[in-house]
Amino acid sequence: MSSLEESVPRDWQGAGWRRTAPLIAALAAGAVDWRLGLIVGLWLLAWWVNTVLANRGARLWVPLIFGLTVLALWEMAVRLFEVPGVILPPPSAIGARIMVSLPILWGDFVQTAIKGALSGYVMGCGAAVAVAVLIDRSSFLQRGLLPVANFAAALPIVGTAPILVMWFGFDWHSKAAVVVVMVFFPMLVNTMAGLRAADAMQGDLMRTYGATYWQTLFKLRFPAAMPFIFNGLKICTTLALIGAIVAEFFGSPTSGMGFRISTSVGQLALDMVWAEITIAALAGSAFYGAVAMMARGVTFWHPSQRQ
Amino acid sequence: MRAMAMTSSAPWLWLRHSLVPVLTVLLAFVLLWYAAAAWMNSQWTLDQAARAGTTPGFSTILADTMAQDRPKLPAPHQVAVEFYDLVFNKAVTSRRSLVYHAWITLSATVLGFVIGTGLGIALALGIVHNRAMDMSVMPWAIASQTIPILAIAPMIIVVLNSIGVSGLLPKAVISAYLSFFPVVVGMVAGLRSPDAMQMDLLKTYNATRTEVLFKLRLPASMPYLFASLKVGIAAALVGAVVGELPVQQGGLGARLLGGSYYGQTVQMWAALFMAAILAAVLVFIVARIEAGVLRRMGQAR
Repeated sequence: MSSLEESVPRDWQGAGWRRTAPLIAALAAGAVDWRLGLIVGLWLLAWWVNTVLANRGARLWVPLIFGLTVLALWEMAVRLFEVPGVILPPPSAIGARIMVSLPILWGDFVQTAIKGALSGYVMGCGAAVAVAVLIDRSSFLQRGLLPVANFAAALPIVGTAPILVMWFGFDWHSKAAVVVVMVFFPMLVNTMAGLRAADAMQGDLMRTYGATYWQTLFKLRFPAAMPFIFNGLKICTTLALIGAIVAEFFGSPTSGMGFRISTSVGQLALDMVWAEITIAALAGSAFYGAVAMMARGVTFWHPSQRQ
Repeated sequence: MRAMAMTSSAPWLWLRHSLVPVLTVLLAFVLLWYAAAAWMNSQWTLDQAARAGTTPGFSTILADTMAQDRPKLPAPHQVAVEFYDLVFNKAVTSRRSLVYHAWITLSATVLGFVIGTGLGIALALGIVHNRAMDMSVMPWAIASQTIPILAIAPMIIVVLNSIGVSGLLPKAVISAYLSFFPVVVGMVAGLRSPDAMQMDLLKTYNATRTEVLFKLRLPASMPYLFASLKVGIAAALVGAVVGELPVQQGGLGARLLGGSYYGQTVQMWAALFMAAILAAVLVFIVARIEAGVLRRMGQAR
């Protein structure tokens, strides 16, 4: 692919102004405001480094440098233009806040991610797989349920959060309930697609072995469905965290990520908000990464896992 | 699409094959809902009866659970009546009208969706044509899909409010942000979908980059783009609804939160149905445009 990109004719190549244009841009920005010039200059410098690295194929460094550049520019912009902390705190302040409030953040993480999101995720995905297996033998139910589930998966289900909070109270039970409702339909659709993934030849082979329905299910169709099931599980990780956090906006005990975000926004303690968002981002990536690792272990035979 | 093809060839088959099962499942849902409503609301009825010192019969309890003022779970017909009342019996400019609130949510959704999609396509073009941009931005765009972005919604609203930006724009920003990343990821995959043979062919024609873009890459990316647009518009609606929570300035999200403050469960369910209908209509419109575009390009399947 990449060699192809290279081989595409470059009608713009060799235009001399491409080398000087960034310099002119930085100088022009500096003429308007020296602080702006500094920021644009740093950006162009980092971009130049990345361009050089990218053409040498340094896969790991390029995104890392990009991320660090964004953080540095953010810090510079906030400090140079003296942006008040109630609008945008600098990354250093957010980092300091995370270090100071580790116990609070850990408590919120346990309340929201472990008790709310994870328990709801396990229940919701488990229920969806169970329902998919239950209706597996009835093609009538499948034909009826699949369009409904597909439709429901596109709905703003997170809107049921206030209702479920009224039913199950403020503690993690209501958050888990929201997560169950949110992950159920996407998971159901994926599992149903997966159970149809084994091809007819393989099914015939199982029949010649005299395999029962359940033997075929567990020895052939479930393994064949795993790429689809894990695809659903991956999509649902993000949905689970979103559901648990948003449900806390409608009422929660005095801990939890959503609770902390909404109350800190009310107090204009934006460094705390950003600290929670950082934790939420880390939790989301870790959750997704864990499921992706499991997927790699279970579906190692699938073409998508080939290196 | 498939259903359409079937209607033209054998409408009866389609009816038996799809419509009857779907209607059966929907009917089962409604019956289940009635049963759940009777069961969940009966506690309140029994409490009231105990307070009054009477013991109601089964049919009295059942009748009461279907017609409470603030039921735990309103019966489907209660929601339908409330929905009809709020949609058709109120002036659309009235703050009590559901159409009024749906319009507020819809305008934020569409504005955000247009901004997010435009920026997403622009970034995807940059990523495909610039190696440094690809390697810098793409890992972050993919990683951002695993992050519960919706959590920052209240902060964006409050911060933009505090610097004097209020009304439509803050919600549109959230909608744009949510629809942005699916479009970037889908569009990059689409622009890269032409295979080596096709790229080689254009090379033998001595095509410039711009020509490759407009004659090969963009047409090839359309199925991918529309798949992400359907995800994006649903996400934009969720963003707008959640964006309406922190400030009570109308919209379906505000209706939901207001209903939960005052225990107006019927009102909440009506708002929820309005949101569901909006989502269905929006996704349907995108799907129709997709079908039209792909048919005109000869890519319809």
